[in-house]
Amino acid sequence: MFDYTYLPEPNMVPYLVETMAKIIFIFSMNMGVFAPLLGWVERKQSALMQDRIGANRADIFGFTLFGLVHVMTDALKLLTKEDFIPRGADRTLHYLAPFIAVAPALVAFAVIPFGGQYNLWGHKANMVIADLDVGILFVFAVASISTYGSVIAGWASNNNWSLLGGIRVGAQMLSYEVAMGLTLVGIFMVYGSLRLTDIGVAQENFFHWGIFLQPLGFFLFITCALAENKRTPFDIPEAESEIVAGYFTEYSGLKFAMFWMAEFLEMVTISAVLVALFFGGWQVPFVSHAMLADLFGFLGRDWAQVATMLVHVMVFWGKVLFWIFILMLIRWSLPRFRYDQVMNLGWKIILPLALVNIFITALVMLWVK
Amino acid sequence: MDLHTEPLVLNMGPSHPATHGTVRFLLKMDGEKVLHCETEIGYLHRGFEKQCEAGTWTQVFPYTDRLNYNSAIQNNVAYALAVEKLLGITGQIPERSTAIRTIMCELSRMADHYTNLGASMLELGALTAFLYFVEARELTWDIIESVCGARLTSNYVRVGGLSTDLPEGFAAHVKEVFPVNRVFWSEFDKLLTKNRIFLDRMRDTGGISEENAIAYGFTGPCLRACGVEYDVRKANPYLLYDQVDFDIPVGFTGDNFDRYLVRMEEINQSMRIIEQLIDKMPGGPVNIDNPAVRNPSKEAVKGRMESMIFHFKNTIEGIQVPAGEAYVPTEGSNGEVGFYLVSSGGGKPLKCRVRPPCFALTQAMGEMVQGAFLSDIIPTFDMINLIGGECDR
Repeated sequence: MFDYTYLPEPNMVPYLVETMAKIIFIFSMNMGVFAPLLGWVERKQSALMQDRIGANRADIFGFTLFGLVHVMTDALKLLTKEDFIPRGADRTLHYLAPFIAVAPALVAFAVIPFGGQYNLWGHKANMVIADLDVGILFVFAVASISTYGSVIAGWASNNNWSLLGGIRVGAQMLSYEVAMGLTLVGIFMVYGSLRLTDIGVAQENFFHWGIFLQPLGFFLFITCALAENKRTPFDIPEAESEIVAGYFTEYSGLKFAMFWMAEFLEMVTISAVLVALFFGGWQVPFVSHAMLADLFGFLGRDWAQVATMLVHVMVFWGKVLFWIFILMLIRWSLPRFRYDQVMNLGWKIILPLALVNIFITALVMLWVK
Repeated sequence: MDLHTEPLVLNMGPSHPATHGTVRFLLKMDGEKVLHCETEIGYLHRGFEKQCEAGTWTQVFPYTDRLNYNSAIQNNVAYALAVEKLLGITGQIPERSTAIRTIMCELSRMADHYTNLGASMLELGALTAFLYFVEARELTWDIIESVCGARLTSNYVRVGGLSTDLPEGFAAHVKEVFPVNRVFWSEFDKLLTKNRIFLDRMRDTGGISEENAIAYGFTGPCLRACGVEYDVRKANPYLLYDQVDFDIPVGFTGDNFDRYLVRMEEINQSMRIIEQLIDKMPGGPVNIDNPAVRNPSKEAVKGRMESMIFHFKNTIEGIQVPAGEAYVPTEGSNGEVGFYLVSSGGGKPLKCRVRPPCFALTQAMGEMVQGAFLSDIIPTFDMINLIGGECDR
C-alpha cells in the first residue's frame, strides 16, 4: 500500500504548483467543459432517443458544429437577459441562493480522486485536490449545503409555486440524504476506509470493484443519487407541469443559469462519486498500475509514470461520461413520481433495504473472516 | 404548541404550464393536499355559436374545425349529419360518402387519442413517450392530409357529401401505415402500461363513481372507464357503424389508468373499423345528386344554365334549409358531440348549439381531485382532455 498522507516537506513549492494545477484542471473541467457541454449532450442525446435531429439551427458563417453553437448562443442569451427580482422578494436572499446552490457542486469535487498516485521525478503526485481522511462524508456535507440554496430560493422569491418547490426540495433532500449515507456504509465496511483514494486503490483488482462487492448498495445508491440530483423521475421540486418551475420560477438570466449549472455539475459530481466508489475510480479493468507502468516502460521511468497518469485520468473521465450518459438515459425514459411516492420510496423501501444491506455485509464479512 | 395555520390559496392558471391558458383552478391547499378546487372556464370563448348565425349553412364548417381541433373531421361530420337531418336527406347520402366519413372519423379518433395520451405523458414528465405518440400521430395525420390537404383544420365534409373523393392509392397508404402504427402502439404499451411509476401516478387518482359520472353527464372514454358500456356508435348507430365489427372497451374503476387503457384500446378498435371498411369500400359518387344541396360539378356549372344558377344560389344565399330543429348525437373521440340546430327556413342557421363532451367532464374536476395531491390534478386534467376550443366555444 502507498502512504497517502502528506508529510511536511522542506520544499513546499512543488506541492503548491501541483495543487494549483489540479484545482485549475478540475475547475476548467467542470465550468469549462461539463457545465456548458452537458446542455448540448442532453439535447443531442434526447434527440437521438426521440428520433429527432436536435439542436442544429444556430450557426457562425454557416458552420453549426453539430449544434455546439447553441451552447454559445445560450450563454450569450442568458448573459444579456434582464435580471428580474419580483416585488416583495427578499432581495439579499434572492441574490444569495444561486451562489449557495452552485458553489457546493464545485467544492464537492475536491475530495474525489481522478487518478492514482505517481512518482514523478522524485515528487509524489496525488491526483486529488484534497485527500481528506473523511473523504466521502465531506461530499455529503457539502452537497447538503446546496439544498439551502434551493430552499432559500423558494422562500425568498415571494411566490407560492417557488415556496412549494422549496418545501419539496427540503423534504426530498432530507429523506434521501439519510438513505444515501446508509447505502454507503456497506462500502465503508468492505474497504475499511472513508478516504476515496484508499477505496480507489483497493479497487485495482477488477473483481474488487464496488459494484461486485456491494451490488445492492450500488442500486440503492444510484436511486438516491438520482433523487439528490433532482432530475426525472425525481424532479418533483421543479416539476414544470405542476409547480411551474419550482424553486427557480422567479429567476432569470445568469442566476437562472447558475441553478441550471448546479444541476449539471451535481450530475457530474454524482457520476464521479459513483465511479470512485463502485466503478474502480481511475483503474483500468484487469490492468494494474504496475502493469500499465511496465507497458510504457520504453519511455523511461518518469515518463512512464506520466503516461500511466494520463491513461488513468482519461479512464476516470471516460467512466464519468458513461455514467452521465446512463443518468440522462434514465431522465429521458421515465415519468416523474408524486411527492408522497418519493417519500414512501425513500423512507419505506430504500432506508430499510440499506439497513438490510449493512446487516448482510456484516454477516458476510464475519463469515469470510 | 398549537401553531396557527391557514390553507394556502393557489391560483393555478390560466397562465400555467398544465392549463395552457384555457382554464383556471382556484385551489385551496393544505400543504400538498387539495382541500377544494374551483374550476373556471371561458378563457378561450370566441363566440362560435353566434358566429355561426352570421354565415350560410356551409360556411359553418371551418368554424367546426376549431372546436376539438384534434379530431376536426368528427365535428364536420356531426354538423353535416344534423343539417342533413333538417333537410330530410339523411337516407339519400351516397354510400361511398358515408363510408369515407366513417373512415375519416376513426382516423381522427386515432389522432385525437394519440395527442391526448402523448400530452398526458409529457405532463407526467415522460417527454420521450410524448414524442413517440407524436410520431404515430404524424403518420395518421399524413393519411388525413393526403385526403383533404390539411392536417389540423381539415374542413373536409360538406352538407350532402364531401369536398373531395379519396385520393388514388389511399387504401395502399393506409395498409402501409397501420402496421407501423401497431408497432408504435406496442411500444407505448411496453413503455407505459407496466411502468411502475406511471401506474403509481395513474392508478386510483382522479376516480369517479359510475352514478356520479352519469349524473355529471359524462360520455366517451371517461364514462366507459367507469364501467358503463355506452357508446353512441353502438347505442344509436350513425354512418356505417352498424355494419362493422368492433368492441367497446370498458374499464372497472373509473380512475385515470382505466381512462388511459380505454383510450389505448380504442386506437386498436379504430384501426379495425378502418380496415374493414377499406376492404369493402363501395364505389360511386361521393356527393348527393341534388343541385340544391351540393353544388353541381364545375363542368356543369360552366356548361349549363341551371347548374350555374344553383351554384350562384348555393353560394350567395346558402342551402335552403326548411324550418325546424334537429340534433344528431355522434361519438366524438372525447365523448358525445352533437349540434343542436334551429332553422327558421332559409340560408342561415337561426341557432347552432354544440354539445361539447369535455364541458361535462370539466364540471367534475373539483370532485375528482378533492382530497388528492396537487400532482394528481395533472393526470386527471389530462385524462378528461379539456379542449379549450370546444369547451369555451
